Amino acid sequence: MNEMTPPKAERAEALKGLGTARKRVEDARFTQGKGNYVDDLKLPGMLFGDFVRSPYAHARVKSINADKAKAIPGVIAVLTADDLRPLNLHWMPTLAGDVQMVLADGKVLFQGQEVAFVVAEDRYIAADAVELVEVEYEELPVVVDPFKAQADDAPVLREDLAGKTEGAHGPRRHHNHIFTWEQGDKDATDAVLGSADVVAEEMVYYHRTHPCPLETCGCVASMDKVNGKLTVHGTFQAPHAVRTVASLISGIAEHNIRIISPDIGGGFGNKVGVYPGYICAIVASIVTGVPVKWVEDRMDNLMATAFARDYWMKGKIAATKDGKITGLWCHVTADHGAFDACADPTKFPAGFFNICTGSYDIPTAYLAVDGIYTNKAPGGVAYRCSFRVTEAAYFIERMIEVLAIELGMDAAELRAKNFIKKEQFPYQSALGWEYDSGDYHTAWDKALSAVGYTELRKEQAERVEAFKRGETRKLLGIGLCHFTEIVGAGPVKNCDILGLGMFDSCEIRIHPTGSAIARLGTISQGQGHATTFAQILASEIGISADDITIEEGDTDTAPYGLGTYGSRSTPVAGAATAMAGRKIRAKAQMIAAYLLEVHDNDVEWDIDRFMVKGAPERFKTMKEIAFASYNQAIPGLEPGLEAVSYYDPPNMTYPFGAYICVMEIDVDTGEHEIRQFYALDDCGTRINPMIIEGQVHGGATEGYAIAMGQELAYDDMGNVKTGTLMDFFIPTSWETPHYTTDHTVTPSPHHPIGAKGVGESPNVGSVPAFSNAVHDAFRPFGLKQAHMPHDHWRIWKIARDLGLHG
Amino acid sequence: MGKMHIKLTVNGKQEELLAEPRELLIHVLRERLGITGPHIGCETSHCGACTVDMDGKSVKSCTVFAAQANGANITTIEGLGNPDGLHVLQQMFKEHHGLQCGFCTPGMITRAWRLLQENPNPTEEDVRFGMAGNLCRCTGYQNIVKAILAAAAELNAAKEAAQ
Ligand code: FES
Ligand code: FES
Repeated sequence: MNEMTPPKAERAEALKGLGTARKRVEDARFTQGKGNYVDDLKLPGMLFGDFVRSPYAHARVKSINADKAKAIPGVIAVLTADDLRPLNLHWMPTLAGDVQMVLADGKVLFQGQEVAFVVAEDRYIAADAVELVEVEYEELPVVVDPFKAQADDAPVLREDLAGKTEGAHGPRRHHNHIFTWEQGDKDATDAVLGSADVVAEEMVYYHRTHPCPLETCGCVASMDKVNGKLTVHGTFQAPHAVRTVASLISGIAEHNIRIISPDIGGGFGNKVGVYPGYICAIVASIVTGVPVKWVEDRMDNLMATAFARDYWMKGKIAATKDGKITGLWCHVTADHGAFDACADPTKFPAGFFNICTGSYDIPTAYLAVDGIYTNKAPGGVAYRCSFRVTEAAYFIERMIEVLAIELGMDAAELRAKNFIKKEQFPYQSALGWEYDSGDYHTAWDKALSAVGYTELRKEQAERVEAFKRGETRKLLGIGLCHFTEIVGAGPVKNCDILGLGMFDSCEIRIHPTGSAIARLGTISQGQGHATTFAQILASEIGISADDITIEEGDTDTAPYGLGTYGSRSTPVAGAATAMAGRKIRAKAQMIAAYLLEVHDNDVEWDIDRFMVKGAPERFKTMKEIAFASYNQAIPGLEPGLEAVSYYDPPNMTYPFGAYICVMEIDVDTGEHEIRQFYALDDCGTRINPMIIEGQVHGGATEGYAIAMGQELAYDDMGNVKTGTLMDFFIPTSWETPHYTTDHTVTPSPHHPIGAKGVGESPNVGSVPAFSNAVHDAFRPFGLKQAHMPHDHWRIWKIARDLGLHG
Repeated sequence: MGKMHIKLTVNGKQEELLAEPRELLIHVLRERLGITGPHIGCETSHCGACTVDMDGKSVKSCTVFAAQANGANITTIEGLGNPDGLHVLQQMFKEHHGLQCGFCTPGMITRAWRLLQENPNPTEEDVRFGMAGNLCRCTGYQNIVKAILAAAAELNAAKEAAQ
């Protein structure tokens, strides 16, 4: 080694590449209040838009009179469906192949639906005008229950679909029916159920909730009439897809539309969809010729944009007497609200719910999902999970518990007995997936011993005895969960959204002085992409992460990509980053060989340089190579050092984890206390352990909220009962438990760096762990199933119904 | 609507403006004065994204009329650090990964800044209780609490060294 060359370890460390707990580059600006979120944007002459919303869940709109509103000084326009009709924008396509009203066209179908759009000089005037728009409604019968919606005499919600027996996903069998989606083998599953030793049966409900990021949705649309270019800044998790959709529905050529996602204050699935506010702001800007801002308030957000879950999951699980699972049957009644606006890949109307065989080797399975219209807001987004994966994980992790009760078996043992074994990977599941890699037993054993599982069970048994003797009023619950996620949509051959293949992209330019910029088709909403993607690249191209700028979110500069949701950034864009980096390195190798006057094959990569094989003192660093690429005429090579990669993943990735929650429950008040929460995640290769840990804390806290109190509740009239943060539970620092995180590493065999993605695992894994803890506490007293959310009142009711209040 | 003449000191700077009596402080800060650090997450006093310091108290500026702030001394996140460097709290939030999307962060840090003046030696419980008016959807609070405790320790060490 050349005396001047620092040792390998030192050079590797200086790169701050893969595996480093690198501090986030985003934080300097965020901690100083210098973030740039959409509502911070103020353009010259900008107007402000606000909606008149329906107070009714189902009503005919007889008339709209905006005269008084328009008379207020400062009100510029009031748009209704009639104004949008000539542009054919009064309805818009949804991501799920349905259509949705942009503004009420003759009727309203959910409370909070957009009826008219007021444009005014500031938000106060807009709010005043909203109050003065007079809408005459005629109330219609309301259906909020997806089972009642299927009755023969149920009110017809979607009159626009009258007579349509074929929907975007096959036949419709009732006027409020959207689709039936079937997977697996029905006859074989029926046969297994018919002849099994034991069959456990349960209805598992995953209630309606909402992603509720701290920043609501919004945009600023700006039509520049001079050069014919439309710019829309907005809270978009998929800016390129928004551009294409905007072009298709507005008729503006795609090159004349520029979509910019600035800093985004959390997304969690809420910001994937296209909302009426975006369309109205764009139209208003085109009409007025000045920029128009629309930003939801919290009530708008909870009532109208993107709910999540609302799955009624009926399950049957078959096993032998000694606990070997032989079959799984599931039927889901999926409440989609008034329009089918789920954000799923086109061919998957129930997302990847068919991952519902979970971590278990279940030879035979059948699944059917029925999508149903009701008088609730549209949505059905993946709230910090891959498409419908959290529903699937909750379903199977509840069914395992129910089966354990039926068998009189310990639920941890039952899981271990049925895990897919390490040597079975790649594993073909009965419902059609190929799991890439996993080592469930190792993770499970590590988790059980970390929490002292055997002792906990002993303590629990003693507690039950003490309770029966009247010495305590507190019960102990041990909530188990082993989940398998499916993320990183996805292979273009079976995953697309509106026909756009779900690949992703990265474009890298190395500057002459050896620093770089990389642009991606994704967009961070807090995941720290500017930090982690630079780390992936640093390890690939030997340039320090600190010298690499990551840029996302501007469709004029970033390469086309399908955006950030479904934990797809690392699996897909992360892979594109690595692959683009490898292209850079391949060219750098040729340049190095030329400079060192040897054959291409005679140099080898060494952390941040190429050196001559067997002669480590002869090398060229990436810095030198970068400069040479700009200043030397190298025969046979174009000048410059740039690369772009569009990555179409060969498969999804399958992160997994083992979560355990230990909970104390006060039988008389229904209050709970989380004594311990242990989260082991296996997300394959770990890019930045600090960021992974943060993702786990955050996701688990969302899971805690969902399991223990968060709910988008409706009354029978279709009124939203939890429309503010007063009623919609978001845990504070006071209630939120402390988390212990842990990991195993089972790399993905098909991902260039072996990474699987982690952002959503903790939401998927923690909900069953919290909920199972509640169930487990009452298991000795005969509880089989109680629906979430397990708020104090509902837990108190469980105790009462089991006769524990004496 | 008639306007009121309002004088405020914001981050040490005198400001004068005409505002409608119903105008909220958060809108005055963000839209008239261009101070966009404090954010709006709910407008109903639940989330704390709009937290600023007013005459030595943490307030949710979405629930304060500009008229009520007449004559007040206001500090926002922009007033904590200085051009040469971050405030210890800002540093510790970065160091301990106390933020993700950053939307709650200005309110969080501004509240923590007051909390540490109210109680320079808080326990973890004190911090969890004292910060309960500020919601975060991303971090699960664990690292926020860690950052605030670390900042308290730093500030105390600096104070001791100065004595
Ligand atoms: S915006 Fe003020 S508390 Fe939420
Ligand atoms: S960091 Fe996103 S809300 Fe706190």
